[in-house]
Amino acid sequence: QKVSVEVLEHLEHLALVDFRDAEGVERLQKAIQFADQLHEVNTDGVEPMDSVLEDRCLYLREDDVTEGNCTKELLENAREKVEEYFVAPPGNIPLPKLEERETFLQGS
Amino acid sequence: AMLRASLRQVSAALKEGRVTPTELCQRCLALIKSTKFLNAYITVAEETALKQAEESEERYKRGQPLGILDGIPIAVKDNFNTAGIETTCASNMLKGYISPYNATVVQKLLDQGAVLLGKTNLDEFAMGSGSTDGVFGPVRNPWSYSKQYKEKSVPKSHSEDEESNWVITGGSSGGSAAAVSSFTCFAALGSDTGGSTRNPAAHCGVVGLKPTYGLISRHGLIPLVNSMDVPGILTRCVDDAAVLLGSLAGHDPKDSTTIQDDFKPFELPNLTDVSKLSIGIPKEYHAPGLSSEILALWSKAADLFKNAGAKVVEVSLPHTPYSIVCYHVLCTAEVASNMARFDGLEYGHRSDMKDSTESMYAATRREGFNDVVRGRILSGNYFLLRQNYEKYFVKAQKVRRLIANDFVKVFRSGVDILLTPTTLSDAAPYTEFIQEDNRTRSAQDDILTQAANMAGLPAINVPTALSERGLPVGLQFIGRSFQEKQLLTVAKWFEKQVQFPVIQLEEVKRHDSDVYQHQKSASFS
Repeated sequence: QKVSVEVLEHLEHLALVDFRDAEGVERLQKAIQFADQLHEVNTDGVEPMDSVLEDRCLYLREDDVTEGNCTKELLENAREKVEEYFVAPPGNIPLPKLEERETFLQGS
Repeated sequence: AMLRASLRQVSAALKEGRVTPTELCQRCLALIKSTKFLNAYITVAEETALKQAEESEERYKRGQPLGILDGIPIAVKDNFNTAGIETTCASNMLKGYISPYNATVVQKLLDQGAVLLGKTNLDEFAMGSGSTDGVFGPVRNPWSYSKQYKEKSVPKSHSEDEESNWVITGGSSGGSAAAVSSFTCFAALGSDTGGSTRNPAAHCGVVGLKPTYGLISRHGLIPLVNSMDVPGILTRCVDDAAVLLGSLAGHDPKDSTTIQDDFKPFELPNLTDVSKLSIGIPKEYHAPGLSSEILALWSKAADLFKNAGAKVVEVSLPHTPYSIVCYHVLCTAEVASNMARFDGLEYGHRSDMKDSTESMYAATRREGFNDVVRGRILSGNYFLLRQNYEKYFVKAQKVRRLIANDFVKVFRSGVDILLTPTTLSDAAPYTEFIQEDNRTRSAQDDILTQAANMAGLPAINVPTALSERGLPVGLQFIGRSFQEKQLLTVAKWFEKQVQFPVIQLEEVKRHDSDVYQHQKSASFS
């Protein structure tokens, strides 16, 4: 079954990446189809595995400051900055709705 | 034949003063220039490399080299952060990005005096199995220009020549594999998430080692799949790989997924008696699409061990056919998360769009990522949707455990090492390879290498023989967790038996003025 336009749009919002064209949507369809093969495997009673190192204790260091003071280096790679701030365009403005923005999905 | 020497050989030469670090560095840089058509390097750090070579030379003059790696030219895949040197991941998203720090593995190499020649080409963000999908163009397999390949290829017409006939390196660490294979460096770092170090190693005729997950630090390696990524080692022989491993392995406080056990660097013994060895041949690795040539080679290799007295048994890893599907889901899910950091705000490409934060992020990502990356992000987000989470993501995590358990069972039954093919066939011509899309290709090509990443096991490609087309074919050994010494010892024994031929490249002969020595004719094929 095909993925609905609502879900496609939802994905574009979540990912902040667009499908761009029919090929993009087709790519997702094929990816889902491919992944569906997983359901052939019987996993009754099997615990999900997060990490191959699950039997070991993760290393935790002491909560001491060991490095920092590198504001200058960190700001170097940003395009828009003011003093020691990264500058972003206004927030809290959601992406326009499907009807109002330019997206390939409009045609669907 | 200085450039064609192994790392250990050239290190000895440096120590004995038969060659100086600056001479060596200059020769490598010159060779890089004349092999530019391979497109193996994205950035060549000529000035800094020469400076490092000069400093190394001073140390040798004082009789105080830092160790075996002092003065050795090496290359690093462009998804490792290198301070002051551009790190692009072959993506528009990071074009112009100058890292403020060195990845731990890079720092370790530099601390031991290695000379960093440059950053090598890859598939964009290490997603791919051909090294064809980066913004700087595809990498060409040096074997495309070898005497061995040219002799076997029949030109289709007068106008067709090596321009259209060239073959891919495999991927995603194709640049690193090509750099080692074409003698421009003595070792290179790659990364391995689904086979990205072993696959190009097989196609380029070099040794490609994927260490156990948790052995080598990932700090500074731009992540693809946090639970599977490892830095990979590419060298021209197994002994060299052991040297690199010795310099890189060990706990890193900056990477909490590195194990805390003490790591002791080792030298590989020269194994003569394999009678106590048990080699497992997993039958599921006779995958659909495996070329008859490679099947025959695999069989011959098994016989080699048998005739030498080892116990060779057929084993079963029943969930192997699902490893690729499992990887597909887990990989895209982790990618969706890992790629979220690229929003243009703190580093990397930033769009001119100013209407809102979200629209700026969206435009930046639209402009910065290629189709492959965007496709994986979208797929990953789909599998992570609340309505799909259990069905796909958690399900894949369960299948992952089954795959890892398959290996545990086999190793518990007394098998020491598994022997499998690394790739389904020899390297494809570029024009043929690009006819299928990236995901299809990755699914096909990763089939034999992927499960080792699922289970976190160490695995190595050893170049075995040349195919009918005159191209390298390698075989893979998979070992137990953290048993790299045993794995490499067996690999070294095998390498000695097969006597894989040296690539005959015109460019290299010109730069390496010593008398060219032919490899012994007793080859494996």
